Amino acid sequence: MSLLEINNVSVKYGDLVALRDVSLSIKQGGIVSLVGSNGSGKTTLINTLSGLMECSAGSIVFNGRPIQDMPAHKRVDLGLVQIPENRRLFPYMTVLENLEMGSMTHRSRDKRQDNIKKVMHLFPILSKRSKQIANTLSGGEQRMLAIGRGLMSDPELLMLDEPSIGLAPIVVQEIFKAIALINELGTTVLLVEQDVNASLKISSHGYVLENGEITLSGPAHELLGSEKVREAYMGL
Amino acid sequence: MVLLQVLINGLFLGGVYALISLGLTLIFGVIRVINFAHGEILMISMYASFFCFSVLGLNPYLSLIIVIPGMFLVGVLVDQVIIRPIRNAPSYMQIFATVGLSVVLINLALVFFSGDYRSINLAFAKQVVHMGDIGISLSRLIVFISAIAVAWLVWLFLDRTDMGKQIRAIAQDRDAARLMGINPNKIYMITFGIGSAMVGLAGGLIMPLYYVFPSVGAYFVLTAFVVVVLGGLGNMVGALLGGLIIGVIDSLSGYYLDPALKEMVYFLVFLGVLLFKPSGLMGMIGAEEMGLK
Ligand SMILES: Nc1ncnc2c1ncn2[C@@H]1O[C@H](COP(=O)(O)OP(=O)(O)O)[C@@H](O)[C@H]1O
Ligand SMILES: [Mg+2]
Repeated sequence: MSLLEINNVSVKYGDLVALRDVSLSIKQGGIVSLVGSNGSGKTTLINTLSGLMECSAGSIVFNGRPIQDMPAHKRVDLGLVQIPENRRLFPYMTVLENLEMGSMTHRSRDKRQDNIKKVMHLFPILSKRSKQIANTLSGGEQRMLAIGRGLMSDPELLMLDEPSIGLAPIVVQEIFKAIALINELGTTVLLVEQDVNASLKISSHGYVLENGEITLSGPAHELLGSEKVREAYMGL
Repeated sequence: MVLLQVLINGLFLGGVYALISLGLTLIFGVIRVINFAHGEILMISMYASFFCFSVLGLNPYLSLIIVIPGMFLVGVLVDQVIIRPIRNAPSYMQIFATVGLSVVLINLALVFFSGDYRSINLAFAKQVVHMGDIGISLSRLIVFISAIAVAWLVWLFLDRTDMGKQIRAIAQDRDAARLMGINPNKIYMITFGIGSAMVGLAGGLIMPLYYVFPSVGAYFVLTAFVVVVLGGLGNMVGALLGGLIIGVIDSLSGYYLDPALKEMVYFLVFLGVLLFKPSGLMGMIGAEEMGLK
């Protein structure tokens, strides 16, 4: 059985159809990449899964439960967690408070102290900065904090929306390493990345989204080899 | 010595303004709704305190244990019935709704309680302790201390508790907070309740000192709006300082100029602040977008 099953989902912004008949399935355990150019609907899809957007048609099943009508905050309690584009940290809270905000659900509250230790272990820089106000951190540190905050929610499926965008190559590497590690430790990952090559390399499966429709999908190594993907997204 | 007395009177009066403004600025900072019915919540709490005294014979300081939770529930009700359906509506709609609520509450009070000015006669309210030439009204001292204590307690609550942190999170980024599993509706409801409970405390504490009548809210809340903008929208410390400052200005200009001019003087100060520091004394640029500090 799949962990997440999206069936024929459509989403609109007013009259604009942002997603049309999208179907996708994610098995427990792996990393799945969602690839697509700017404006193709990746963020919209992730927001729909999180419940920030409503779908106008279709169904979303998570762990055997239909969730398309469930409010956003309840989905987090099921372990469906998003790390949003542009980080969306709480700008006037400290690093530690931001982490704590990730553990306000029933699911995660009791594991708060343990999870803080795990996050600090994954990103040691955060423990040095724990009293610092979030909007005074560097871009890379903010991204690590955003990922750490997501981990605090004890995710079963972690959805990352462009976690490496705008970062220096060395920090990008660190982020990718962290994502692979998070996955090895048992969390299923849905990854949206600009760097299609790097993203597919750590993935088991991939989906290509074009103008709101899935146009290609398959095992990551097949997509990596596909002419179309190489031409459109890797400039080869 | 006269100056010292005038300053003390001003600070004590400022305590009243601060107590009323704290709830207003909390509600604005988190829910982003300007509650024009805030004064009527004060009015209701004063009547509640009045009837607890005249019907049940309860001392107004004792009846706070009924009035404060009662006003919390009133706040919850206002939020769920009036504000919730228009949570995402344009702000003019929210203004219409809360102004409308204010008019309805004033008229209901007129119908049920008549337009009479009512007060309670409490010997304690007239007690003044003399220290040299300076007279200190005990009941006003209580209001002053309560304002500072409440500001501190609410700050502690927001800073230290999980619920307080959730309130700040919602104020800083609502959608990000939803992605943390926080239910905005619940937080808004509780915040409106806390803001109203703070006004309930204010109403109970000033009932021994002032008359209550259906439109009493407007008298205080106009000043509270000045205080909230002066202190920086959504800023609790700003509301406390702003309240005390306006109280002192009120008292100084009433004594040295003319009591009839005192409102004019603090409106001039208010305009001055808006001109030179539009975000308020403690506010930051863009505070109206970022919410609670
Ligand atoms: N809030 C919005 N209102 C209207 N249209 C939007 C909104 N957000 C995104 N869109 C449109 O929806 C489409 C998909 O956007 P998005 O999901 O952000 O793409 P991606 O994340 O793949 O870059 C784009 O055409 C974009 O212009
Ligand atoms: Mg995007």
